[in-house]
Amino acid sequence: MKTLIKAFTSSLAGLALFAGPSLAQSIAITGGTVHSMGPAGTIENATVLIENGKIRAVGENLSVPAGFQTIDATGKQVTPGIFAAFTQIGVVEVGAVSGSRDGAVGEKTPFNAAFDLSYAVNPLATNIPVSRIEGLTRAAVTATGGDSIFAGQGALIHLGNGFDPVTKSRAFMTAYLGEQGSRMSGGSRAGAVVWLINALKDAERYRTEKNPSAWNGVVSALDAEALGPVMRGEQKLVIHASRASDLLQIVRLKEEMPKLDLAIVGAAEGWMVADKLAAAGIPVIVQPFDNLPSNFSVLGATQANPARLQKAGVEVSISDTSGDAHNARLILQYAGNAVANGMPWQAALESVTINPAKLYGVADSLGSLEPGKVADVVVWDGDPLDVMTSPDKVLINGEDIDLVSRQTQLRDRYMNLKSDTPFAYRK
Amino acid sequence: MQWDIRSARTATAAVALLLAGCASGANESGMISSTAVSPANASTAAPYPSTYVPGDSVPTLIRNAVIFDGLGNRIDNGSILMRDGKIVAVGQNVAEPDNAVVIDANGKWVTPGIIDVHSHLGVYSSPGVRAHSDGNEATAPVTAEVWAEHSVWPQDPGFVRALAGGITVLQLLPGSANLIGGRGVTLKNVPSRTVQGMKFPDAPYGLKMACGENPKRVYGSKGRAPSTRMGNFAGYRASWIKATDYKNKWDEYETKMAKGQKADAPKRDLELDTLKGVLDGDIIIHMHCYRADEMAQVIDMSKEFNYHVGTFHHAVEAYKIGDLLADNETCAAMWADWWGFKMEAYDGIRENVPLVHNAGACAIVHSDSDVGIQRLNQEAAKALADANKAGLDIPKEVAWTWLSHNPAKSLGIADQTGSLEAGKNADVVLWTGDPFSSYSKAEKVYIDGALTWDLMDKTHQPVMDFELGQPGAGDAK
Repeated sequence: MKTLIKAFTSSLAGLALFAGPSLAQSIAITGGTVHSMGPAGTIENATVLIENGKIRAVGENLSVPAGFQTIDATGKQVTPGIFAAFTQIGVVEVGAVSGSRDGAVGEKTPFNAAFDLSYAVNPLATNIPVSRIEGLTRAAVTATGGDSIFAGQGALIHLGNGFDPVTKSRAFMTAYLGEQGSRMSGGSRAGAVVWLINALKDAERYRTEKNPSAWNGVVSALDAEALGPVMRGEQKLVIHASRASDLLQIVRLKEEMPKLDLAIVGAAEGWMVADKLAAAGIPVIVQPFDNLPSNFSVLGATQANPARLQKAGVEVSISDTSGDAHNARLILQYAGNAVANGMPWQAALESVTINPAKLYGVADSLGSLEPGKVADVVVWDGDPLDVMTSPDKVLINGEDIDLVSRQTQLRDRYMNLKSDTPFAYRK
Repeated sequence: MQWDIRSARTATAAVALLLAGCASGANESGMISSTAVSPANASTAAPYPSTYVPGDSVPTLIRNAVIFDGLGNRIDNGSILMRDGKIVAVGQNVAEPDNAVVIDANGKWVTPGIIDVHSHLGVYSSPGVRAHSDGNEATAPVTAEVWAEHSVWPQDPGFVRALAGGITVLQLLPGSANLIGGRGVTLKNVPSRTVQGMKFPDAPYGLKMACGENPKRVYGSKGRAPSTRMGNFAGYRASWIKATDYKNKWDEYETKMAKGQKADAPKRDLELDTLKGVLDGDIIIHMHCYRADEMAQVIDMSKEFNYHVGTFHHAVEAYKIGDLLADNETCAAMWADWWGFKMEAYDGIRENVPLVHNAGACAIVHSDSDVGIQRLNQEAAKALADANKAGLDIPKEVAWTWLSHNPAKSLGIADQTGSLEAGKNADVVLWTGDPFSSYSKAEKVYIDGALTWDLMDKTHQPVMDFELGQPGAGDAK
């Protein structure tokens, strides 16, 4: 009988999964310490009102309107949803299984910059629930690797329910300079810079090309067309580079082509040229664990990098910087360790909420708890940057998400090895 | 300067140890032929002996700390006294001796040093260039004849980063390309010019083996066996058959010699020496194995050939067979949360370590990573937090057994280190705060009582040769 009841409830859960965006809930989160990451700052004993998937109000002593479901967050911390700034959530299922992996195109494709990853996003990827139950609500899904300095165009996604995860396709272009760029452009990092500059010039030239079928450029016609928005500063160009001298080449690129909207991912030696990055207004995505001389481009890597960059006035986002799908959820641990290495706590929380939203140009609707913004909200059982903390509630687009994943289901199945029900019948 | 002194002392100690090794070999074996070296002795009274000597230490008393003793106990307002490289006393009432350095640790924690049973530092050193790729002898599926210590570059900067994370002892293993990958080596995490200067004296050797996807992919893609899991098992079993035959020949020879009969020594074989060492119980098996069903098959294989599997490594599905591991007294060394990078890692869960522990088996947190090794305390913390949220109720002091005592058991050195008890090696970490937090760091790391790392004092922060004169040398890392 127990088995029957369980089977019934799990089929209900299955229905919910396919029901698409749920009915908008009206929710009041009360009594918590709210880190709004917006103008309201941090508020003790605050209320967050959520209606129609948006934040209606944030503040002290707000009365809860009739019909609102209340979530008691007394003694808990409340933050905006966590924004993973550089991941492959939703485009990789099993890393080593090529058919389940869509994050890169290689030598058989006649394009690279034109690669649009948004077509591959799978809202049923198991790493979406695995990530969101740890507080991640948004992700910048990036193309990585391939056989060109251009990996392709990434998408912004939400990690909520429904079949419409992509909120912005072709949101940014990912490219490689430095060691990785060198491998894709003849064996020299200088080659990668020449390639990048001429590809961007191609984009300009392609706009006025009278006879596209006779196109002859550094990159294909498809890529020259795709690079148009980058050249015009309408699409973010996220460049992977780490060595201090490579970062300065990016600063120079910005000086020569001021329209470009640039960001740097990696930037392990960024602290050495932090003042120049700050002056150029180029934001960075860094991995605070980088502190080994893993290659000759990161000899100066230190866990103090995020703190030093932030102190110099660089806008810092913290993330894995390789494009991890499965453990993108660790970015809060990364941010906590940035604090352990000198970054102010508030700045570290900004680096996983409002700063990625700014970097990708969506801070008008995401990244902080402000009236009118999308209701991605997390209620934590403690300090969100400390490693033993986890979410008690995760709201995405105003919807209260079940804190269940394939992993929690496996855990529950094997929690008790002595139970009478055979393992395969525990669901 | 301190390291120069250590190195100078090392040279004289090496001679003494060498002599001691010869003497004990002769005493134990009595009738050994002077012309044939028994492989039994080749594997225990080994060549390439340790030249390690503890660094200089002063009697040190740390008091007012929260102490996790590594055996599952917590002592509030605790004190620990170290002298001559050993722990003298641990408890709430430890008398302050004359001439001891006294450290008031109010608000701080003290634990045994962390022991990582699975590292590739030195065999896959930083920078990770091809010239440093010395961890997989992937030219044949069975290479029991190779020894990781012959690959180790003691100048790997990763050793210092691990030290800053509280690692006092670590086992370096060959990679997992091969069915039988070769011997690992257990080291003290002290800077030294040579690997011999790091070798944990008299620690048993480990033998690395591997299940599953890696060997069958590496060799299957070369068009040779193994290309399947059944091919993997055929490979292991063929090796154990050869090893058993080899052992029988040596046993027969030694029996005859013991009786004073004439006998010809069998021809020595480096590969079979190591496998015989396993069958003799001198070398501990460390087997890379992800899937629960494969681990169960390996346990049966160990019964077929009469050896014991010491520890399964990675063991991503160990939570499915915690009872089986407990029954067979086999440890599982695991990550906190790695999953999904390949099929055999697909079923990873964040409660793996605590569920294995809860089943009564020996659970270990390992790194297999030059990044993870720097904060294994946080890895344990993640696993613990999720388990307790799921309804288990494991105290932090119990979770610390995953980081020191259980790994010490896995390596066969629990009689010497891994716990804070009088008489044990003074491998001790003073933490800036609760080590189950992102914000805490190892403040002082003692190895055999010698202050080997001090977060607050650059003169106690080693810099490896490779980093000297490079960008960021001596920087806070």
